[in-house]
Amino acid sequence: MNKTLSVAAIEYGTVIDHITAGQALRIVQLLSLQASKDKITIGMHLLSKRFGLKDIIKIENRILTENEANEIVVFAPLATINVIHDFKVNKKISTHLPVIMKKIFICKNPKCITQVEKIESLFSIIQEGKQIKLTCHFCEKIFNRDEIKAS
Amino acid sequence: MTNLLFKHDLISIKELDLASLELIFSTAEKIKLNPVHAILNDKIIAHCFFEASTRTRLSFETAALKLGAKNIGFANAESLSLKKGESLQDTIRMMDEYADLIIIRHPLEGAAAFAAIVAEHPVINAGDGANQHPSQAIIDLFSMRECQNKINGLAIALVGDLKYARTIHSLCQACSLFDIRLYLVAPELLALPNDICDMLKKRGVRFSYHHSLEEVISKIDILYMTRIQEERFNSDPSLMHETFILTPSMLTYAKPNLKILHPLPRIKELPVEIDESAHAYYFQQAKNGVVVRQALLSLILNESIL
Repeated sequence: MNKTLSVAAIEYGTVIDHITAGQALRIVQLLSLQASKDKITIGMHLLSKRFGLKDIIKIENRILTENEANEIVVFAPLATINVIHDFKVNKKISTHLPVIMKKIFICKNPKCITQVEKIESLFSIIQEGKQIKLTCHFCEKIFNRDEIKAS
Repeated sequence: MTNLLFKHDLISIKELDLASLELIFSTAEKIKLNPVHAILNDKIIAHCFFEASTRTRLSFETAALKLGAKNIGFANAESLSLKKGESLQDTIRMMDEYADLIIIRHPLEGAAAFAAIVAEHPVINAGDGANQHPSQAIIDLFSMRECQNKINGLAIALVGDLKYARTIHSLCQACSLFDIRLYLVAPELLALPNDICDMLKKRGVRFSYHHSLEEVISKIDILYMTRIQEERFNSDPSLMHETFILTPSMLTYAKPNLKILHPLPRIKELPVEIDESAHAYYFQQAKNGVVVRQALLSLILNESIL
């Protein structure tokens, strides 16, 4: 059987690999990639030896900041983020779960003040086992990450 | 001793540590023994009650007056520009220009935290929806400490509407700072929210669930009753009342030192016949509302400790 790459290699930029299957589009939205002029390649539900299925995003001509990389961890805790130079991995960006996230998530508590007033959302983030939990700074309600929408 | 509360907001009981609570207790105790006057003579306090309140609003106003401060504000949202569609942000920004401290009660959860972001002056949360009521939790702990001479080691039953009573949510978080055994007595529909139960577990607080007062009455030092929060409850609340009404006969099984607390107002769960019992302590608890709130105002607005 011929082995071919599912997603083409890039010369310079960032590759986000081992994204939890199905989360790629959330990360596209998180990084506002849909609004950028960068060339983006997205692979979803690709075969992975480690995870069974995975997603991958390749962003040409853009190197992610440490903060951007950390925010990705909230959606894809096992993602690896590599900086590419001359088609080779130049650096692996080490990540950790951010303590807080602003503007990204929308509180789903219908009685939260954020439903009424114009406020930037603010959540504190913790990991409990495999679950990532978010606490709304305002109403103090705690949600599993998959329960709430990203804006 | 440093005043950890000076110029700070009081939004959630989670923000307080043991040292801050002890400072509030000792200040309130001093004020109770030797009333202080005129230490806030030059201060104006805004009482912004977007939701009706009797005890909390009047005790905060009384506390401010006793310390020499001047009160401004409103007792409900009816008379406000809010009726004309003004945002909370604009209302708070305006009050922040007038006053040295803002006390807010609001039906939406997180309103006080939002006000604290908008205002430059300190903000005290006097209740935000079903979320928090931190000053009430401090009054409750102060009253327990006063009537039992300790907090650590107490067995406390929380009875009634544990789901919507914000004072219960704040009190549970405060209890987690102490070595307290909790008995949660509530119908399933009004059980303590899961996130608070999880918090109690994580902090090692021992607690158990019960469906009637009789199961726990002989084991406890504090019986903390709450009313059904009908204004936050969509189902028929009358179904809940009967099982959680305290009767004088139940008290025959109580420990001699048992004291009954209730944040008031009460409905049927705490009949007036109980008022004469030596176990009743809820009117002393209500009276403590003023001294504890005096302590809070003086510590937030004055760097020096009494």
